[in-house]
Amino acid sequence: MSDASVPAKPPAEFLADGARWRWAEIAFWLAATLPYFVAQDYLQLAGQVLITGLFAMSLDLILGYAGVVSLGHAAFFGLGAYACGVASKWGWGEPITGLLIGGAFAGIVGYGASFIVSRFKGLALIMITLGLNQLVAEAANSAHGLTGGADGLQGVHTWDLLGYFHFDLYGVTAFWYILAVVFACFLLTRRMVHSPFGLALRGIRENSTRMVAIGAANRAHIRKAFVIAAFMAGVAGALLTETTETVSLETLSFQRSADVLVMLILGGVGQLYGGVVGAAIYMVARDRFSDVNPQYWYFWIGLLLIAVVVFLPNGIVGGLKKLGGYLGRAGR
Amino acid sequence: MIGNIIGVLYDGFAYGMLLFLLSVGMSVTLGMMNFVNLAHCAFAMIGGFVTVTLINNFGWPFLATLPAAFAAAAAVSVVFERILFRRFYRATDLDQCLLTIGVVFVSIAAAAYFFGTTQQPVRLPDWIRGVVAIGGHNFGVYRFFLIVVALAITGALIFGVEHTSFGARVRAAVDNQRMARGLGINVDRVFALTFALGSGLAGLGGALAIEVVGLDPQFAFTYLVYVLIVVSLGGMGSVGGAFAAAVLLGVSDTAGKYYMPQVSAFLIYVIVVALLMWRPLGLFGKRHA
Repeated sequence: MSDASVPAKPPAEFLADGARWRWAEIAFWLAATLPYFVAQDYLQLAGQVLITGLFAMSLDLILGYAGVVSLGHAAFFGLGAYACGVASKWGWGEPITGLLIGGAFAGIVGYGASFIVSRFKGLALIMITLGLNQLVAEAANSAHGLTGGADGLQGVHTWDLLGYFHFDLYGVTAFWYILAVVFACFLLTRRMVHSPFGLALRGIRENSTRMVAIGAANRAHIRKAFVIAAFMAGVAGALLTETTETVSLETLSFQRSADVLVMLILGGVGQLYGGVVGAAIYMVARDRFSDVNPQYWYFWIGLLLIAVVVFLPNGIVGGLKKLGGYLGRAGR
Repeated sequence: MIGNIIGVLYDGFAYGMLLFLLSVGMSVTLGMMNFVNLAHCAFAMIGGFVTVTLINNFGWPFLATLPAAFAAAAAVSVVFERILFRRFYRATDLDQCLLTIGVVFVSIAAAAYFFGTTQQPVRLPDWIRGVVAIGGHNFGVYRFFLIVVALAITGALIFGVEHTSFGARVRAAVDNQRMARGLGINVDRVFALTFALGSGLAGLGGALAIEVVGLDPQFAFTYLVYVLIVVSLGGMGSVGGAFAAAVLLGVSDTAGKYYMPQVSAFLIYVIVVALLMWRPLGLFGKRHA
């Protein structure tokens, strides 16, 4: 967490400094469009990676910035996915409002949960978030009439985007749509973490007692961040529903909560890009290793995880930043 | 109806004993070093696979495999502890979680590689598989065996922790690690021994669990959630707390599945969340993490 050193400059300048766009960032987002130009066969995988990246980024907001460890974040992903899917089944398949329905539903539930989450920490918090996740998953499983239970939600149909772009079989429209939504959410998150609010969250992560002493409303800040994170996770879930036109219970599972945490750590916590990078590495690795040997890809991801914790405390993005710092100094 | 209640209590208690064996080691090591070892169930899985291999490939009797399961899990765990885990006692909770989850992933893949992904078939001797009818109720012999073994171990543990000098060192290290060091207790060694003992018990639990819940490579992950519930409800570092929480979870899970199969899983988590909100340190937890 080296980026949280005391600013030597006035606060406004410190924040503006962080918010400046860097060349590496522009190159990153240009590279994100590459699947369309060089790997059309993998557009669907690329879309899934971006959706999962958005999901991981939403977790990063509460985990990486506010320091709230949640093992139940998939609850909000799944709630968004189901809300959007049920709306579509009932006859409203407009994609963009569908996203808002999914996000809003997850955000409302997240608002309720935030009152619980902001009160606890440590093992109790991990277990409570895990328990809440399982509660939501069981509820969705029991409400067979509404959600389709273990069979998954059938009969989801997404209308043409803006009434013009049809969601084609090859996933071209879906890819650009997902990329645009993820980029928009990224811009919002980026703006937020470089705002005074984002700085307050980092303060809570680093030393919550001291933040209270300087007059910060810790719980209110954590609640706010949690609701925003739940909203974005819901949007990610709704994106998945709209582009795959189905929802399964897997969207709500403990496995998904654990997976997204793993991806985020791989990529780097509190690094803004950690979620997307981690999701890309994790999912591409899964795709590749599953081709070779379906059962054993866990072995490699496990090894990668151990290696990252042992050698790269700030994840892959943190390691790259450090490398960039060395090269920059060596070049001068 | 009354008969059912007795049967459900009996099965639930036996299940709770199993959960206790699986989780008590994690509770104590977590309390002592604040080290979150999510790979605990992977060590339990080692015990299970040792028993399966010895019975099916070498024709050992079931009872003789149990000490082997204990020893194998303890030996492997202490190697991991000395080489890998000890470097992370001062790391954040999150790093510890991720490191040990990585170990879980590797262990699942390794188990799938050596044993395949299916449920492991194991044939226990006939004398232990039977059912005894007492007063019109049927009691499974195996579950009785399970309860006797677990109670014996609980007794030995409580005696060991309360009345031996090693137990006194363990309690001192759990209560205040730095003070214990100051008094000349070699906390690292006490911890390594406790870690091996706890993992050995998990290995024993894994071996005993085959007949009740089965064994496949996903075991390390599936039972992790139950173990975490027992540890967090019981309170870290408390043997008695883990025992009470395991019995509570075992009985309520079994009763829920029997009487209200629709909502049983739901109920369990309602209870867990409610209890943790009421007592964040667990029912018997004393100390801030």
